[in-house]
Amino acid sequence: MTPIAFQKPARSLMKTRELGIVLALVLLIVYTTANNHRFLSGQSIRDNLLNTAILAVMAAGEAVVVITRNIDLSVGSVLGISAWASATMVSSHQGLPMIVPIVVGLLVGALCGLLNGILVRYGKVPALVVTLGTLYIYRGITYSWAGGKQVNADKLPQHFLDFANASVLGVPWLVLIAVVVVGGISVLMRNYRSGRELYAMGSSPQAAELAGIRVARNLLGAFILSGALAGLAGVLFAARFGTVDAAAGTGYELNVVAAVVVGGVAVFGGSGTVWGAGLGALLLTVIGSALAVLDINQFWQQAIVGFLIILAICADRLVAVRIARSLRKRDAHV
Amino acid sequence: MAEAEALLEVHDVTKSFGAVAAVQGVSFPLYGGEAHALVGENGAGKSTIVKMLAGVHRPDTGTLRVKGADVEFAGPADAKAAGIAVIYQEPTLFPDLSVAENIAMGNQPLTRLRQIDRKAMHTNAEALFRRLGVHIDPNRPARGLSIADQQLVEIAKALSSEARILIMDEPTAALSGVEVERLFAVVRSLRDEGAAIMFISHRFEEITELCERVTIMRDGKHVATEMVADLTVDDMIRRMVGRDLSALFPKQEVTPGEIVLEVQGLSREGVFRDISFDVRAGEIVALAGLVGAGRSEVMQAVFGVDPYDEGTVKVSGKRLKPGSPRAAMAAGMALVPEDRRQQGLIMELSIERNVTLPRVRKLARLGLLFGGEERRAAATWTEKLQTKLGNLSDAVGTLSGGNQQKVVLAKWLSTGPRLLIVDEPTRGIDVGTKAEVHRLMSSLAADGLAVVMVSSELPEVLGMADRVVVLREGRIATVLSRDEATEESVMYAAMGQQVTA
Repeated sequence: MTPIAFQKPARSLMKTRELGIVLALVLLIVYTTANNHRFLSGQSIRDNLLNTAILAVMAAGEAVVVITRNIDLSVGSVLGISAWASATMVSSHQGLPMIVPIVVGLLVGALCGLLNGILVRYGKVPALVVTLGTLYIYRGITYSWAGGKQVNADKLPQHFLDFANASVLGVPWLVLIAVVVVGGISVLMRNYRSGRELYAMGSSPQAAELAGIRVARNLLGAFILSGALAGLAGVLFAARFGTVDAAAGTGYELNVVAAVVVGGVAVFGGSGTVWGAGLGALLLTVIGSALAVLDINQFWQQAIVGFLIILAICADRLVAVRIARSLRKRDAHV
Repeated sequence: MAEAEALLEVHDVTKSFGAVAAVQGVSFPLYGGEAHALVGENGAGKSTIVKMLAGVHRPDTGTLRVKGADVEFAGPADAKAAGIAVIYQEPTLFPDLSVAENIAMGNQPLTRLRQIDRKAMHTNAEALFRRLGVHIDPNRPARGLSIADQQLVEIAKALSSEARILIMDEPTAALSGVEVERLFAVVRSLRDEGAAIMFISHRFEEITELCERVTIMRDGKHVATEMVADLTVDDMIRRMVGRDLSALFPKQEVTPGEIVLEVQGLSREGVFRDISFDVRAGEIVALAGLVGAGRSEVMQAVFGVDPYDEGTVKVSGKRLKPGSPRAAMAAGMALVPEDRRQQGLIMELSIERNVTLPRVRKLARLGLLFGGEERRAAATWTEKLQTKLGNLSDAVGTLSGGNQQKVVLAKWLSTGPRLLIVDEPTRGIDVGTKAEVHRLMSSLAADGLAVVMVSSELPEVLGMADRVVVLREGRIATVLSRDEATEESVMYAAMGQQVTA
């Protein structure tokens, strides 16, 4: 996905985790293609990547929040409010260039994220509760704003709808945006001070305070980022599907969290990578389309996703217990 | 050698937590080129002073001055910016990050693109470890480092910030003799370069070896600041304790009875090995040792909270089922845990509910609890222990630390145990209540209860115990009788050194 993926051979256990996802992906694709060779056709690949893009953008923001030992459950509702805001705006101002709805979506999302962050940090309420609350609040605002109406494709300007399918050098804009977002944030988290401070905060909140890390600023930043990316995803959603109502993105938060967890970001914070979360989004999307191609009941898709989440968490526990035991034996001199 | 102006001055600071005054009117200067010891018993307020200098707590009244100018620290970042580096008593590392990252956190070397320069970061870490003369792989995660290694990483972290003022809160507690020597060499060289050092330790030989000046604290108050050369160790101890030790440790002479607890060859891989001791009725046996020696772990295994791999635990001659606290309680054992907030009490519940919790089955009628019985049982025991409380239906969280501890004791004593295990019975309790808890333990033993006490406080161990079992790195280092046990003999056994003097 990004150049980082091809650095140095896997040295730490953390990296074998992403390797596992890649392996699972390869196996799945090989098996499905053997059953139906059209699975690897250009159109099928394109569809899979387009379907991944929106999920991956949101997963990147969610991963940052989870790394700080928090969670953002409001992303589906933020997508909804931003999709509605941008769709109504461009339908009444047909001439606006594409960049305007994108910026508006980012701002709406950032504002929602800021509110989440403030409540978590200064209200001293766990993020799970705060964002569960704002999940309903943001959705409620969208419902009362939309008032049962919906914006259809025929009311949206053509250039807005084209954006989802248009390509640069054969790569769809949507995919390009997802790659830039996931890659950019991966680098930020890996190579910049603020990124490492976010890992530190998730790894040990008390130590982060004592180390003089500006915890409040960083935490607000993480929630704003997650919100802004969900807002961006809302604009992309509107452009891709053309029809927006107040229910847009309902239940997406669960897919996003699933992608992050399957992608190897530990729910206890401090470890995992953003590009791993991106891979998680890709894996979940490919599973969905592979099941359709293999003509397996769609019901199984949910069960398989659930199974993967539990597998991912069990793997974390197992690795942690193993490491603890081996280190204990080595260091104890008993 | 000392400069005229202090690098850092603590001026008449006061700090209270709720109704407890932790620090009252303490003043002392830290001069560049000088190591300054801060001594006092546990609970004297040393750690509170450290936290104020670190910017974690703000003084209620009084000021901190850096190079003559008043400063106010809004947070640890401000203290760091003022050139203060702190090594805390308990290591504060990030387990998921590499050792090098832990050291560099906050001032990582950057490349021209403002990215973190990992190569430089690792070179720095290696250079610091060379200076400290230790071998720790900068690439490994901090998770799973031994306590001594964690402490060394903390020290490297403090050195890396090139602070002018270095505060060390018991940095040597977990280190071996060689490591302590190396640390001192580094500290001396920092001091000679003009840094001000504040050093907290319970080991007087370290203080006389390293420090020029000493500030003595007692019960949150400033007792004296003097040159170390002008004081003997006895002077320091007398001023530190400031009271008759026998009043604080009212030990009653008891003739021990039957063997109540018999532990034989108890081992748990990687934690402790081959632990054998017994406790008679009427005896108080103390488990002493450094942090991480496995004291609490042994007693948790004995009580059945943790599993063990080998060995036997017998209560009154009958073998106890391993890994079952329920069986232990049925056999007449009671465990008062180390962390009463986390493990001993349910803070939101009322005092009476907490006291009767281990006996709810006995007190229940047809599976239901009725208030009367519960209240009577709770009233009896809280009265016996002279617990200061407003109303039995108040939440336990509203009581002071000492009274909370009494409620925990009441809770277990109401089950009528034959063996009482207390883990750090007086941690975080003020001196007055401490004496009461001690008197209580002593009279319980006199009534024929067998008591095992895990304690980090040497005076408590020496004052209360009939026998002292000293653990070191998961093994029994030695068993000392009341007459043999002195501060030196216990400490030397705990640290694995011979008495040299």
